[in-house]
Amino acid sequence: MCLGVPGKVLEVHGLVAIVDFWGLRRPILLDSVDQPVSPGDYILNHVGFAIRRIPPEEIGETLALYEQLLQEAGDDVMTADVRSEIRATGGESDHADG
Amino acid sequence: MRARQLLLDQRISLKHGAGGRAMRALIEDVFVKGLAEAPVDGIGLSAMDDGAALRVGDRWLVITTDSHVVHPVFFPGGDIGRLAIAGTVNDLAMMGATRVLALTCAVILEEGFARSDLERIQESIRSTCREAGAVIVTGDTKVMGRGEIDGIVLNTTGIGLTERVVPDSGLRPGDRILVTGTMGDHGFAIMALRKGLELEGDLRSDVAPLNDLVACALAAGESAVTAMKDPTRGGLSSALHEMADKSGVGIVLDERSVPVSPVVAAAADLLGIDPLHIANEGKAVLGVRPERAERVLAALRSHPLGEQAAIVGACIAEHAGAVILDTGFGRRLLSEPEGEPLPRIC
Amino acid sequence: MPTVSQDRPVSQLKFRDPAKARALADALERLTLRIGRAPVSVMHVCGSHEQAIAKFGLRATFPKGLNVIMGPGCPVCVTDVPEVDEAVVLAMQGVRIATYGDMVKVPGTVKSLADAQADGARVHVVYSVAQALALARETDEEVVFFASGFETTAVATAAVILRGLPPNFSVLSAHKYIPPVMEIVAEMPGTRVEGFLAAGHAATITGWGIFERFVERHRIPVVVAGFEPLDILAGLAKLLEVIHDGRPRVENMYPRCVTREGNLRAQEQLWRVFRPVGGRWRGIAHVPNGNLRLRDEWARLDARRRFRIDVTGVWDCAPSALVKDCVCGDIMAGIASPTDCALYGKECLPETPVGACMVSSEGTCRIWHQYGGHPDLGGMR
Repeated sequence: MCLGVPGKVLEVHGLVAIVDFWGLRRPILLDSVDQPVSPGDYILNHVGFAIRRIPPEEIGETLALYEQLLQEAGDDVMTADVRSEIRATGGESDHADG
Repeated sequence: MRARQLLLDQRISLKHGAGGRAMRALIEDVFVKGLAEAPVDGIGLSAMDDGAALRVGDRWLVITTDSHVVHPVFFPGGDIGRLAIAGTVNDLAMMGATRVLALTCAVILEEGFARSDLERIQESIRSTCREAGAVIVTGDTKVMGRGEIDGIVLNTTGIGLTERVVPDSGLRPGDRILVTGTMGDHGFAIMALRKGLELEGDLRSDVAPLNDLVACALAAGESAVTAMKDPTRGGLSSALHEMADKSGVGIVLDERSVPVSPVVAAAADLLGIDPLHIANEGKAVLGVRPERAERVLAALRSHPLGEQAAIVGACIAEHAGAVILDTGFGRRLLSEPEGEPLPRIC
Repeated sequence: MPTVSQDRPVSQLKFRDPAKARALADALERLTLRIGRAPVSVMHVCGSHEQAIAKFGLRATFPKGLNVIMGPGCPVCVTDVPEVDEAVVLAMQGVRIATYGDMVKVPGTVKSLADAQADGARVHVVYSVAQALALARETDEEVVFFASGFETTAVATAAVILRGLPPNFSVLSAHKYIPPVMEIVAEMPGTRVEGFLAAGHAATITGWGIFERFVERHRIPVVVAGFEPLDILAGLAKLLEVIHDGRPRVENMYPRCVTREGNLRAQEQLWRVFRPVGGRWRGIAHVPNGNLRLRDEWARLDARRRFRIDVTGVWDCAPSALVKDCVCGDIMAGIASPTDCALYGKECLPETPVGACMVSSEGTCRIWHQYGGHPDLGGMR
């Protein structure tokens, strides 16, 4: 069963979007997504239907969420090099690893 | 054993052709039993290697046979003809016979098969033979009634000679595991064509004869190349499990160093299928003693078919038969693929 | 996989940085110690969470004092035997059945759909309900979509029904609804679950607000989490934090997909087509409002009302003796793990499943076995 996978909208034709998933294209139905979708948007696909338009600003916010969590979990014990590693990539994401 | 008996159902089903545990159980319990013990100076049926090797004087005659039933018959990157020739040439190469003495090719056609398709397949067979430096010396042709067979079946047999046989059972602790390029290309290319998946993208089969590439590797590594196998049905996972099992070693595989093309990685994510379980038709797995690993890698990378070659793991003495995957986050056992999740793909 | 240059925003959607993962795993360890009583047990109710945990080898990174249990989160596994029998009987009657891959091998009382197929029934594996529809359009024969999955997947079925169906298409709904079963688990005597990790994609549809009443009533925190490795680790860390501070509440760690009210359009589609009905979940017994059935206005599309499905013939046959030893029910309720089962890895294997947990790709036993039987390599080091 197709898991919820995010993809980028290339074209929209009525209730069908052509979505790019890292180089693969698939038609995705837009019946159930609760916001208008345009080319360039990111959507979450589940069994061929878009169930969410992912707002781009949310991605950065999610990373900030993780950082906050790490800080609250105990700065004192965190090793300095791990912290600077995270600071170095903070705001940017993980390079395409995987 | 109870579980094994359960595997031997009363009826053959698609999983028995899938290259995984069910197929091995079938071969061991039905085909090999009773046939295996004809005297053979060399590697015979019971070894269940890519081919057989018979001693002739001071060299080895390597023989292999394959039947090909891929559907669809034409796919991005190749067709059943190229698949048949490359498959057999590669089986010979995996045993060390990189110079092909001769090939045979038998074809069974379904009534109604298009002549133009047949000619296209024949042209593919011819050009792949040229690429491999191989010649078809004899064959057979049969036609069956409409519906009695699905389109076309090809059977090819190959013969080669070699001074040294490289088994798939020769791995030793410390050996490095190398792959000659990206994993999962062929299987995902075929899968993408299945009706209903609606996947479009640049997924192409990697089908290619590897004998020249392997010859380069063997020239660079010589006897330090301890084992070889081509990861066809069941993918890298199947090949590594067999090699580990037969060699009596464990393998630790570094998932992040296994080359996978971005579009195959995307298909894998979308379909929830692991590229390590998916067939390749133009790749090889090698076990190489650590002191020669970099040299063999360099030789592979300097060849057009080996540009994405990589060292992906190492053999250990513990956990014989197991393949441990280091995911970058943690470790887990890599499973063997089970059964047939797809229609015939090679 | 070696890095290949990609669109930056797209690559940001993959939360897989190993350095961050290590930091979060360390945080899990500290938080577990801070709570001060081991083991701390938390439960997730989503097969996809267990899949991700197993695939990335995350169990190897969980601290010893943290027990992450998989609850009844595999929709195929909890599909009860009579429901499978209904599909099998239809198939044996000559009706074409379309279904998602996992359902095909789930054992019914006597046989699975795959067995029926081997006996000549026409069973089609589809990757989407739209594909099942396409199948129905190519023929005049009746096509029944045997619909499995939780509420996220039920939305797709509902959307397709609302679009309008060809006259020869109907739906046999085995869809399930997750929130009610969390109540059951929370109320089970002897349950040690101190927190729930809620499925991010179901919550994308339903919103996280629906968990507030649950938290109030049971005083057990719920954290909504996504499916990337970092999502899961961060979700667990948040859950431990909330467990520690003693103020049970709902926290959303998947804000890029989940909001408080959820996807109202999808919800409207879902509840226009389906109504929640009490029913048996395999191994768990009765779950009030746990099953989704077609509303009366869609009776014409409901395979149960369109066809006469007589399963009594099937029930005359005795089920396999092995079934007695199957503990799938306990596994799905989170009180046993696969290695507690006498059949696991011996008589019960993916190619010869006894219980549903071994059949579905989201089943606990299947996942543990698929990823090598030792999900944390505990027995291997």
